[in-house]
Amino acid sequence: MTARRMAATGSTSKLVADLRRGDKRAAAKLISMIEDDEPEAREALRRIYRHTGKAHIVGFTGPPGAGKSSLISRLIKEFRKRGRTVGVVAVDPTSPFTGGAILGDRVRMTDASQDPRVFIRSMATRGHPGGLALATFDAVRVLEAFGSDLVMVETVGAGQSEVEIAKRAHTTVVVEMPASGDAVQILKAGILEIGDVYVVNKADLEGAGGMVSNLEQVIPERGRWRPPVLRTVASEGTGVKEVADALEGHWRHLNASDELAARERARAETELRGALAEAALRHLAAKPATERALTRAIGRVANREVDVRTAAEALLRARR
Amino acid sequence: MAKKIRVLIAKPGLDGHDRGAKVIARALRDAGMEVIYTGLRQTPEDIVAAAIEEDVDAIGLSCLSGAHMTLFPEVVRLLRKRKAADIVVAGGGIIPAEDVPKLRKAGLKGVFGPGTSLADIVGFFEANAGRSG
Amino acid sequence: MGGEDPLARLRERVKAWEETTLATALQGAPERKAEFATTSFIPIRRLYTPLDIPTFDPAKDLGEPGEYPFTRGVHPTMHRGRLWTMRMFSGFGSAEDTNRRFKYLIAHGETGLSTAFDMPTLYGYDTDDAEALGEFGTCGVAVSSLRDMEILFGGIDVGAISTSMTINSPAAVLWAMYLVMAEKRKVRWGKLRGTIQNDILKEYQAQKEWIFPPEPSMRLVVDTFEFGARKVPQWNTISISGYHIREAGATAVQELAFTLRNGIEYVRWGIERGLKVDDFAPRLSFFFNSHNDLFEEVAKYRAARRIWAREMRETFGAKRPRSWWLRFHTQTAGVSLTKQQPLNNIVRTTVQGLAAVLGGTQSLHTNSYDEAYQVPNEEAVRIALRTQQILAHESGVANTADPLGGSYFVEWLTDYMEDEAYKYFDRVDALGGVLPAIRKGFFQQEIANSAYRYQREVEKKERIIVGVNDFQTEEETEVAPLRIAKAAYNRQAARLKRIRRERSKRKWEASLAALHRAAEGTENMMPRIVDAVRAEATLGEICDTLRDVFGTWEEPLLY
Repeated sequence: MTARRMAATGSTSKLVADLRRGDKRAAAKLISMIEDDEPEAREALRRIYRHTGKAHIVGFTGPPGAGKSSLISRLIKEFRKRGRTVGVVAVDPTSPFTGGAILGDRVRMTDASQDPRVFIRSMATRGHPGGLALATFDAVRVLEAFGSDLVMVETVGAGQSEVEIAKRAHTTVVVEMPASGDAVQILKAGILEIGDVYVVNKADLEGAGGMVSNLEQVIPERGRWRPPVLRTVASEGTGVKEVADALEGHWRHLNASDELAARERARAETELRGALAEAALRHLAAKPATERALTRAIGRVANREVDVRTAAEALLRARR
Repeated sequence: MAKKIRVLIAKPGLDGHDRGAKVIARALRDAGMEVIYTGLRQTPEDIVAAAIEEDVDAIGLSCLSGAHMTLFPEVVRLLRKRKAADIVVAGGGIIPAEDVPKLRKAGLKGVFGPGTSLADIVGFFEANAGRSG
Repeated sequence: MGGEDPLARLRERVKAWEETTLATALQGAPERKAEFATTSFIPIRRLYTPLDIPTFDPAKDLGEPGEYPFTRGVHPTMHRGRLWTMRMFSGFGSAEDTNRRFKYLIAHGETGLSTAFDMPTLYGYDTDDAEALGEFGTCGVAVSSLRDMEILFGGIDVGAISTSMTINSPAAVLWAMYLVMAEKRKVRWGKLRGTIQNDILKEYQAQKEWIFPPEPSMRLVVDTFEFGARKVPQWNTISISGYHIREAGATAVQELAFTLRNGIEYVRWGIERGLKVDDFAPRLSFFFNSHNDLFEEVAKYRAARRIWAREMRETFGAKRPRSWWLRFHTQTAGVSLTKQQPLNNIVRTTVQGLAAVLGGTQSLHTNSYDEAYQVPNEEAVRIALRTQQILAHESGVANTADPLGGSYFVEWLTDYMEDEAYKYFDRVDALGGVLPAIRKGFFQQEIANSAYRYQREVEKKERIIVGVNDFQTEEETEVAPLRIAKAAYNRQAARLKRIRRERSKRKWEASLAALHRAAEGTENMMPRIVDAVRAEATLGEICDTLRDVFGTWEEPLLY
């Protein structure tokens, strides 16, 4: 956190108390604290954790330009009508060259900015691979503790984002748009396996019908859930109710079956493994001696004196 | 890892001339900052609400239509009202020299007229994001 | 082919020159820069000769002025026959304020009117709308009602002077107000001359003053083509614009390409409606920027005329020569003017105005020197007008048509820009056309990229802006800013209240209901808009009716 933000932040316990009362400023500060990996972040997360676990977490993936942000914006409105408190985390890529990012997804969601029961946060990936930021799901937990019963996570949409979100959300929505030209797009195998709900947005464009039927034919069942393929024109609000219904339907399905428990376990495993790896690296990097050893090892690998795997094992052994 | 500076760039009011705002957003990104670009036709309320949720260090406002004396001070006023006065506010666009001291008095930390270099603007945000309100 | 070919001899001579005379000079002193380029990044060589235009054929590539392909001008006598219209874009505050400014400019010699509207009006809001807070009259005149339009043109003979209105999304409404105002003064619509900008495509691409989504907006534009062709035959129902595209950061080539491609799009939509091209094409006009690089601008205008003539005659099969003419208004580049040492802007505007005249413009607005930070004050706008008058009467450039024609450099550059424009046409077509390209953010991204590249060059001092990144001074020139009085706003708000109170509620309701039905259907909306204006519906009310049917536009996300 920058010095400015630090100065304006109160004690962690006060922040968490304010958060629980629905104070947006507290929620925002906590997310920053966690994102910046402040020392107090761990305590904050510890205090928050027991207030989480009840919200429905929905991930959105799909190519850039498909209209994820527009769809999420409409869903915010729809779920507010249904009386929900809604959180959104929108992730955009950090430039690998400059370290900066332009976070523009919330442009679509302006209407919601003054609703006390909607919270929207933009995050940059900050070098984390895949379509999410390291702190994304910690931010989701903050929003759960804030009072959200539905949290939507919008991924970057490129590369492997669909795989990462599928492991960490309860419901994964794949948003596509009709391909230009006559050929119906052949979708990546990964996409076909991980979606719980498929949406063909910009369905007023040519090729929508073909895409929908194509998807319906190739998407397999997941457990006892048949992923629906829906049509929307998010810019006009068409088809959005049906998507909201499908999301609620999936949540009911997860709760009614043993799938929710299985998913929670899978989520916990993914998160724990990720946290372990992260913690291990942090521990390793903490000692200056390790840093020196690492630098030496890099040189040796580059000079072809030792292969990468051997060098890594050696570093780990030396640590102990 | 160096702390990321988060800046919100907004165009309050009806003015749609966003060349400057977009160029600045890109320049700030190229300087390693995270820029929340909220787009056109934002009300001061929208801007402040977003700034609080995003926990930004600073807000950059752009207006070329002459409505800055109404819109810019209103953003500052709302920040204060919502106890977020530590967020630094700067503004730019078509602003007569006479209005600059008035805007500063109303609480803007920086006012950038036509011809200001990107280096100066980036420098301003780098310098001011670190300080507390 | 040996010595028979004059170009071969020339090639040898130039080579010899490069190896001897030039080489010696360069050894003594290198050129100022490693590369020289136009404002659009087009590299410029140190010398142009016939070798650069080997296939140049004056008969085919130029023609004579007033004849296909019109490279040298749309009229045979050009400025010898008639000087360009001196048409100064003006507007601020209330209708009363702008009416005074109109009369001031007419008294000082301007020959056509051009109206700038304030932000709320441009976006179809009444002065007292919540959206309009703080924006009354700051960048143009506020016109919310027929009454305002009557005051705006009070004491001006609209049957005698031509009026341009820079209005886009709600252009049909403002035009209807102008028409009803004239009607009430017993001026026949057949007599009215003028222009509405009405170019919605460039709003999505560059200026961003949109209301409705593209399809209904295009429908409304074609409604005005149809209505104008039948009822207001001397009116230019569109001014297809490159000015704003350029101001947003586009290069000259992009300005040329995007403007003409938009023009082609409008023609397609008109034909799709069932209109005969020769019935509406003669009333399509254009509006270009005039930027700093004089020769690039001249080449741009010449290429524009040639491209348009070819597309109209060959692609659309228009038969009337008037359909092939690209007639244009020019405005000098606002974005090039500086706040620092503002009097320098008088020089910039002069160079840019000169380019427009050399390029054969039909109408010209020259910016005032205080443009970079306010709506112009009287002294500044008078000097801008005098600039045109000096160009017209003292400089000699209006004495002959297309004086730069035949210059190896200018002919090469004209051809180059034309070719580059066609490459852009292909790219737009590959994306599926103008509307799909807009939805994909193609134009917007191209423009933003050019803007960023330009700014980076300025930062690195590869591009000098006098007074800004070089030749700076400490002092600040004192300029008296224009202020909009609160009293004017209050008067406007009171007027609106009175209008809403005093009009016939029955007629008003019926007219908006009829407009709503027309919008939901497929009929031409102009007659209904005119009826609503007659029933004293305000701008905001008419636009809200249309917003209700058409919705509003959201632009694609990109930076």
